[in-house]
Amino acid sequence: MRVGIPRSLFYYYYGDIWKNFFDSLNISYIESPKTNQEIIDRGIKMANDEMCLSLKNYLGHIDYLKDKCDYILVPRISNFKNSNQTCTNFWAAYDIVKNLFPVNILHYNIDLEKGQTLKKGLYKIGKELNKNHHEIYKAYKYAITREKKRIKKNHIINLNKLKVNKTKILIVGHPYNLYDEMIGKDIIKYLIKNNIEVIYSDKFDSKITNPLSKKLSKDLYFKYSKDNLGSIIYCKNNIDGVIFISAFPCAPDSLANELAMRKLQIPHLNLVIDDSTSFTGLETRLESFLDMLGGSLND
Amino acid sequence: MIKIAFPHMGDYHIPANYLLSHIFPNTIVIKAPKITSKTIELGTKHSPEFVCTPFKYTLGTMIECLDEGANILIQMGGGCRYGYYAELQEKILKDLDYNCKVINLVTEGQTNIKRINNLLKQIDPKYSKIKALYYGFITLKMVKYMDKIDDYIRENIGFELTVGSFESLKEEMLITFSHVKSYKELYRAYKRYLKKFHNIKVHKPDNRLKIGIIGELYTIMEPFSNYYLEKELAKHHIEIKRFTNVHYLLFEKAHKYKKYKKYSKEYFTYNMGADASDNIARSKYLCEHNYDGIIHIKSSFCTPEIGAMPIINKIASFYHKPVLFFSFDSATSETGINTRLEAFYDMLEMRKDK
Repeated sequence: MRVGIPRSLFYYYYGDIWKNFFDSLNISYIESPKTNQEIIDRGIKMANDEMCLSLKNYLGHIDYLKDKCDYILVPRISNFKNSNQTCTNFWAAYDIVKNLFPVNILHYNIDLEKGQTLKKGLYKIGKELNKNHHEIYKAYKYAITREKKRIKKNHIINLNKLKVNKTKILIVGHPYNLYDEMIGKDIIKYLIKNNIEVIYSDKFDSKITNPLSKKLSKDLYFKYSKDNLGSIIYCKNNIDGVIFISAFPCAPDSLANELAMRKLQIPHLNLVIDDSTSFTGLETRLESFLDMLGGSLND
Repeated sequence: MIKIAFPHMGDYHIPANYLLSHIFPNTIVIKAPKITSKTIELGTKHSPEFVCTPFKYTLGTMIECLDEGANILIQMGGGCRYGYYAELQEKILKDLDYNCKVINLVTEGQTNIKRINNLLKQIDPKYSKIKALYYGFITLKMVKYMDKIDDYIRENIGFELTVGSFESLKEEMLITFSHVKSYKELYRAYKRYLKKFHNIKVHKPDNRLKIGIIGELYTIMEPFSNYYLEKELAKHHIEIKRFTNVHYLLFEKAHKYKKYKKYSKEYFTYNMGADASDNIARSKYLCEHNYDGIIHIKSSFCTPEIGAMPIINKIASFYHKPVLFFSFDSATSETGINTRLEAFYDMLEMRKDK
């Protein structure tokens, strides 16, 4: 028995937890490969043409996995209490996949307002895979302690980056866009090649950044956008510029990033990535942005 | 001097105007100018590029209201990113050097009396709560009656013998509604007009076409944003069924969701945001109840509806029913819509003749 883990959307938030959890339970799993043109094309074929690039991408990964495993892991994430919703695509992902693909789906629901937690979700999965209570408990503990350590480590790495004596740019975006090979990876590679210290907005501890977003936006209720805006406030005195990366047409980003850009006093660049965006166009914009930063640094 | 204004949505400016002018007798309620293509141009110019269309419509109306002297704007919210419009719109308007305040009544698709009370206090700290409750009650009833009459009109307007009789009577009714003084008067007016509407002569053939309209709430309720789709269908003598109206959103949505979920549990398990899961259940209902076709309308980039579209497609192909998807943007051309609509209508006719 093999579980398929699509390397998109939820993977970048929960991937490590899932892998550690399955490792500890002795369940074999297969991850879809890093996004390539073929996967994007598959996704576009399956998806509706107005869906956001990240969701198309996700469907492409599922299409790749559908005949390579017995189960595909598709969670549904709705909210984290206290005005921390997610995008409605995260609410609907499970139902869309269920209707579009004739596959066995392993799923759980995170809805803290109704008491559906990650713990309950992983227990549900464990039981569906015929593991007993004790085994699941051990695996859950293992995965969670690993995850906590990872968050702490990332936070410290990011903090150390802020002290480096180089041009520092904060990249603001959702991890499923930033680290995806076809969406954000090229931009980050280009920045690193040009000797820029890249700080990722999602690698801060969200317990710290989430409340800080109140300083930019009082009413915002999208959790991942809140984390992003909070990270800008958190390190705005130590960075030289901000680059916003979002997929076209991302719903929360279209409003939250616009508000942030209108309120920010730091130089910023907004990059919206489409399935037909060529990197050459982006390169020109990045180059001029870096030139501008260099200019203001020398003054 | 406080001047209140709010963006348009269908005919609902009449009850809203009624409510505000009775709660705050010392303020002026500005009636927003009718939405025109200039409004949309104005809204599009100042909006972020890939925001959904209601943002552009409401922003355009707000700017026009501010030009007429309003200083407090009221915005409703929905369950999707609609709830977050107000803050960004306020910022955009401030960047344009308007001095105003945007009040958001609903956020995250939820609201409560305490929140509304706090917001109303910002307009006038000494407003009378008893009056507010009483006129709030009348307004809600008015909305209910308007929606009931609208449902009746939608079913019959395509078959009226003298063209325009429904519309002129409806206009008359809305004027009467806006001048009522008590609930009793409203109720009597409603009964009177209901009778009058039933007395209008219609000729309904047995083999008439029936179409259900589903979709995103703003586009479906604001006729300008759907290019008067319902009127266009009525011209072709089609009976129209529409589910979404303000009364539904305020009172029925919460408990109907459970029914809908049970009814179409093979298609969705969880709430998919805003009206998406409702629309899935409705399309199943339309397919099972002998409707000839479904028209799904939304503003472009409406995320929840985009998620629902593949599922609606699946239902329609399962029941062999035609479904037409419209995605309205500020740049959509009316001719294109009419062409597609006519083709759809012809196809329905041919299916019927078989």
